Amino acid sequence: MAMSTTMDQVVKRAKDSFGQMFDKSLHDLVRGIRNHKDNEAKYINEAIDEIKQELKQDNISMKANAVNKLTYLQMLGYDISWSAFNIIEVMSSNKFTFKRIGYLAASQCFHEGTDVLMLTTNMIRKDLSSSSMYESAVAMSGLSCFINADLARDLANDIMTLMTSTKPYIRKRAVLLLYKVFLNNPDALKPAFPRLKEKLEDPDPGVQAAAVNVICELARRNPKNYLALAPIFFRLMTTSTNNWVLIKIIKLFGALTPLEPRLGKKLIEPLTNLIHSTSAMSLLYECINTVVAVLVSISSGLPNHNASIQLCVQKLRILIEDSDQNLKYLGLLAMSKILQTHPKSVQAHNDLIMQCLDDKDESIRLRALDLLSGMVSKKNLMDIVRKLMIHMDKSEGSHYRDELLSKIIEICSQSDYQHITNFEWYISILVELTRLEGTKHGNLIARQMLDVAVRVESIRPFACNQMAILLANAHVFIIGSSSTTVAEVLYAAAWICGEFCSYLKEPQKTLESILNTKIILFPGHIQSVYYQNILKIITYLIQSSDNDEILAKQLVAMTIDKMSIFLSSGDVEAQERASITLHILKTVLKLIEKSEFNVNELSALFDGVLNPVAAKAQRKVAIPNGLDLDAWINDPPSESEDESVTTDSRHDNSGFFYGKHEENYSSNSYSNETSNYQQPRNYVEPTTDELEKQRESRKQSENMNPFYLKDSKKTKLTQKHETSIDHSNGNESMPSTPGKGAIPANLQISLSDQLYRQSKIDEENRRLKKKSKSDGGSSKKGKKSSKKSDIAAIDENEDDIYPTVQVTRGGELPEGVTESGHEDNDDDIGSRKNKKYDPHRALNIDFNEKPIQATYTPPPSQLKEPSKKLVETPPVS
Amino acid sequence: MIQFILLFSRQGKLRLQKWYTSQTDKSKKKITREIIAAVLSRKPKMSSFLEWKDLKVVYKRYASLYFCCAIEQDDNELLTLETIHRYVELLDKYFGSVCELDIIFNFEKAYFIFDEFILGGEVQETSKKSVLKAVNDQDVIQEEELEEKRSVLEDLGLA
Repeated sequence: MAMSTTMDQVVKRAKDSFGQMFDKSLHDLVRGIRNHKDNEAKYINEAIDEIKQELKQDNISMKANAVNKLTYLQMLGYDISWSAFNIIEVMSSNKFTFKRIGYLAASQCFHEGTDVLMLTTNMIRKDLSSSSMYESAVAMSGLSCFINADLARDLANDIMTLMTSTKPYIRKRAVLLLYKVFLNNPDALKPAFPRLKEKLEDPDPGVQAAAVNVICELARRNPKNYLALAPIFFRLMTTSTNNWVLIKIIKLFGALTPLEPRLGKKLIEPLTNLIHSTSAMSLLYECINTVVAVLVSISSGLPNHNASIQLCVQKLRILIEDSDQNLKYLGLLAMSKILQTHPKSVQAHNDLIMQCLDDKDESIRLRALDLLSGMVSKKNLMDIVRKLMIHMDKSEGSHYRDELLSKIIEICSQSDYQHITNFEWYISILVELTRLEGTKHGNLIARQMLDVAVRVESIRPFACNQMAILLANAHVFIIGSSSTTVAEVLYAAAWICGEFCSYLKEPQKTLESILNTKIILFPGHIQSVYYQNILKIITYLIQSSDNDEILAKQLVAMTIDKMSIFLSSGDVEAQERASITLHILKTVLKLIEKSEFNVNELSALFDGVLNPVAAKAQRKVAIPNGLDLDAWINDPPSESEDESVTTDSRHDNSGFFYGKHEENYSSNSYSNETSNYQQPRNYVEPTTDELEKQRESRKQSENMNPFYLKDSKKTKLTQKHETSIDHSNGNESMPSTPGKGAIPANLQISLSDQLYRQSKIDEENRRLKKKSKSDGGSSKKGKKSSKKSDIAAIDENEDDIYPTVQVTRGGELPEGVTESGHEDNDDDIGSRKNKKYDPHRALNIDFNEKPIQATYTPPPSQLKEPSKKLVETPPVS
Repeated sequence: MIQFILLFSRQGKLRLQKWYTSQTDKSKKKITREIIAAVLSRKPKMSSFLEWKDLKVVYKRYASLYFCCAIEQDDNELLTLETIHRYVELLDKYFGSVCELDIIFNFEKAYFIFDEFILGGEVQETSKKSVLKAVNDQDVIQEEELEEKRSVLEDLGLA
């Protein structure tokens, strides 16, 4: 061979080979890095310098070796983007060895923004059409990683041509690569689709599988376009035995059925057959998911509807009972999907779900918790909560415990406390939750206490006295760590005791315990509530003392004495309130001394009842005649000025009003919780005027800002956010008194347990009474066909054995407005979530703008039988 | 679709990375760091799945190496575990009872196997035999090119 070449060439080639012999090979580099563990960075920087020298040589083999080393260094986190041009040089070599190295380097370090990519178009085109199928494949693999819009546009036709190659090896890759082309150049989708569709009936099963993969991905964006392919897929599903393909097809059907219920009906049978027969868990799981999706989309008219759900639930039970954590996790996940539409079927497996709460794996426990909230009823609520409480005591990790706490509140409060039959029990649970050390949900507990006390009138006597106990033990909440927010419950306790003080057993004692608390160690907003409610309790005491002037004088004098310390509060608002309260009391004292005091003048301050306000009340306030919200109040400021002003004021706000623990608090607040109870609006929050003003100024700045994306919901969210923070500002004044948050025994630790037992006994009694009544009445009805239905029948009629407690649902609305209407605003949150950038959105192209008639024609008759098993069923680990 | 695949050691050292969506180096590094930390903090008895941003991460440990795949919400976790397992089997067949050092010293081969097995985030060849045949065929081409070079040296009397 050397004979036929000129001497020059021989020497050059020898030099090439020499070069490589003396370079540091990749092996040397890797070994070197491993031997220089102490000064790796230095060693690598030297190596990079060597590589830069090697890249300067006019020797392709040396360059390829250098690029190969760079690819390794890139993985270790070193920047090699400077070598992009050298990489292209190596890619363009006509030796397969080097080409392979070059494309690998490119696929690892190029991305759609790499600017040298525009130099590669022709080279890649040449490689794609190479006579060597491996060269072409290497180019396709590389291209799939770094393709951008330009390459996708310029090379689309070349890739389309490869789809007709005689080699399945090439066709298969071209089909898969086509998906990347669509992603980067959505315009290519419509013209390429007919050819892609042909590939579903390619004689090679591998190419078929590739086409199924691509269409399955496409159908997630716009399933409507692919509905017409359903017959082909249906045939593939019933004939294919390759699980990899089957899973994709079944997933595709899951996306198609919501559009075509008839398809769903047809699918149920083959899917249930697969569920029965398959031993591959991945396939089983996919089938169950699709069956659930089908049953959701066809709500009625299916005879064996229930049987299919039962089958799924049974199979899922087997998964959940499995010792494999993965199957357990997925089983619970699928169960929660069924729960949404068939809660009864899942409720039957209550026991199993509860067991999962003891699992070692936190993610499994959280899944089980999710399920539980959907499973509660009047009957089992107390049991479930009790188990959760026990569980909370045992569990470790504050994150999980907080999760348990918020879940307990969520399941108790859902649909306006629908499942609670005994509110004494619930209040005692809330009180016990305050014992949880280091929780960040203090705010949540506080709001819940307020909400229950306001909405459930009959509970107020009980709640008041429980809160009095909390206030008497307020000192335990003065703990050093700022990570806990449990002191927030005092906010609720103080307000409930003040507002409903007529229910207090020993109001004077409560007053004294309040006054003896080091209130100024609390956050400002809690202090304010304290001061306000001291006055309420005194008013009540004087009022109920039958004009006993001596007692009144004594009380007021004592309070004045104790309150003077509170004037030194560091919080502006609290200090102001303390001062006002103090001066009112001093005036009262003066009047009493002159015998001119009339208690009604004082009680007038707290007249009237506070009712919950409906969540939508603000929104429903009709705009008064003559108020034009779009009109300028002042002349619009100039643009640049405006911008600086708004940003400034924003900073000011956050520094001044928002507490140090802003995130902490806001994440606890109702507006961010998913629970559906409504926010009681009866304490410190901006007045309507303030809100209106804020809104107006925001609107102004938004209108002025050309970059502002208008979104109706956004203002609402911020508004809510601010209100929720207002309640909790100034936590930095939290004291640093050391000590653990242990609660003394007199806090009735097992009260909820006592109540729980009592109500269980009551329930049983009522049930017996009812049974004896119905037994006497209808003994004929007693012969039920099976035990199961007997239980079911009892379940259904059981609601009336529970006491009904009056709960004020909803809330006050402006006059002449109803709850319904303007619901559209509520959906915004959901759609906002989905609005997040989706790279595949561009593929949402409607083919029907120009319908593809071809897809409706029956498949060609010469279609070959789909080939047999391509690969053994994958083993399931 | 598989978004990316990472292989890393128990010490958190990245051994292989394959990205099927275009990412800048900076975001690759950030994601890698976060995923490695999240996976390594898992306890042994935990499930192989975790949710990360809007993706699902499926991982499995083989000896000292973690194999980790990020997939989309609609994808099948169990199938992804199969995919990982299939890749490990391929490595094992190719290297002959593979160990971490094989992958460190022959990292480009490990990538070539990836490219035969998966393209653009989709499994393209489910038959182990076909994947290995394609990889071996290409190795043979490389050998031949090397032979060619050696013969040049022999002609010059240098080898």
